[in-house]
Amino acid sequence: MEIKKTPLFNLHKNHGAKFVQFAGYQMPIQYKDGIIIEHNTTRNKSGIFDVSHMGQLFIKGKDDLTESLQKIFPTDLKKLSINQSKYSFLMKENGGIYDDLIITKLEDGYMIILNAACKENDLLVIKSKIDSKFSLSLRNDLSLIAIQGPESKYILEKIIPGVNKLKFMNGSKFNFNSEKIYITRSGYTGEDGFEISIKNNIVNELVEQMIQLGSSLIGLGARDTLRLEAGLCLYGHDINEETSPIEANLKWAISKNRINDEFIGATEIKKQFEKGVNKLRVGIKPDTRVIAREFTKIFDDKNNEIGKITSGTFGPSVNSPIAMGYVSNIFSKSNTKVFLEVRGKKVPASVCDLPFYKKKYVKGEINVRS
Amino acid sequence: MSEVKFSKEHEWIVVNGEIATIGITKHATEQLGDIVFTELPDKGSNVEKDKTAGVVESTKAASDVYTPISGEVVEINQSIVDDPSKINSDPEGSAWFFKLKIKDKSEIDSLMSKDEYEKFAKESSN
Repeated sequence: MEIKKTPLFNLHKNHGAKFVQFAGYQMPIQYKDGIIIEHNTTRNKSGIFDVSHMGQLFIKGKDDLTESLQKIFPTDLKKLSINQSKYSFLMKENGGIYDDLIITKLEDGYMIILNAACKENDLLVIKSKIDSKFSLSLRNDLSLIAIQGPESKYILEKIIPGVNKLKFMNGSKFNFNSEKIYITRSGYTGEDGFEISIKNNIVNELVEQMIQLGSSLIGLGARDTLRLEAGLCLYGHDINEETSPIEANLKWAISKNRINDEFIGATEIKKQFEKGVNKLRVGIKPDTRVIAREFTKIFDDKNNEIGKITSGTFGPSVNSPIAMGYVSNIFSKSNTKVFLEVRGKKVPASVCDLPFYKKKYVKGEINVRS
Repeated sequence: MSEVKFSKEHEWIVVNGEIATIGITKHATEQLGDIVFTELPDKGSNVEKDKTAGVVESTKAASDVYTPISGEVVEINQSIVDDPSKINSDPEGSAWFFKLKIKDKSEIDSLMSKDEYEKFAKESSN
């Protein structure tokens, strides 16, 4: 299969990007300054993330489309106002997660932002569940750019006047170079910021302007340390087809009033809601500076294996190693002592509350992603 | 003091009498990125040529550090354990990893010169 490039590929290259293959795309993992500086730049100033590999699915329709999509997603879409976004899931019948996504209600339908590695399958699943009269389009002519960090609102406001009025998890249409672009106040770093859906032919110009005004390009490496500090899941690692939203501790994203309703995975989710689950996603903080990576085994103090790490790295803003993983639910309470098997040795760690790094969003809910 | 020699695993070594000082190369640190964790061998332990003698971790991944020659560990550089970022700033100087009492000097002969290593590093990163 040919490796795809985003419209910003040459810009990344000119800024000294090191590339990795990610979900079939050639993506920048870091630039010249490296992951820690890029991470801190996003926390303290402003960073630009090319997330154009992600899927942008548009479905056109009115109220009957809302009815149809309710039968797929566990979110109460009827309560969404126009331009409001919600974090949701595309599930399997057994409650496993095909993808985690953001649904935004538009005047003429919905926009759904999908993970790059999942987008083609998501399209097939959604298509198979809704009436063929609704048109679905996974847009390859659009790029997706995130600008994140405390100075981002000032930088973007200079380019797109009015954008700073947006509330968290809300969007609106704006103009750039006499073209329509769509911006939401959201992101996946634990910082205030925006995501911009924009035509491929004008995306370079927008990003160049952001850089000129003081924002910097940030690679996937820092994106990973930022989102893990913020306690946010990475699909394919912290959540996948084998984990349900309840097990992943993402119960809040399932609308309470829809528990008895019809959506994909409803039977299993209802059961898990009522009876609980055997494993739960938790934050884990090693007591020392040892980093526990994905697949590290977790033990109790009697040497019984109780779970596995799904993401682990060093958190530059908390200046310590951080991890997430699944443990048997009796070990999921904060401050429970556990042991991680790293290079044959058992190192002490504690179960802890998420996030590791406190978020600074502008009003609204506490949950996000891109 | 002898000239600096290099291994295919991207370690450098300087010999001073019976003692060899070992660290990782600038090229290695550039490939690894920001180093955030270091594990060194125990002082007094014996390490064997081409076997693991430590670990460095960047934000991205963990990498083993190998010893290019065998010997007894007589000194370790605690400052790179306390502040691993020193390895990125001065890998071929103050951020050495450990010192060995050399077991067999002939093991050094098979290592690369600076020119040979630079050529090797360039080819292996392509």
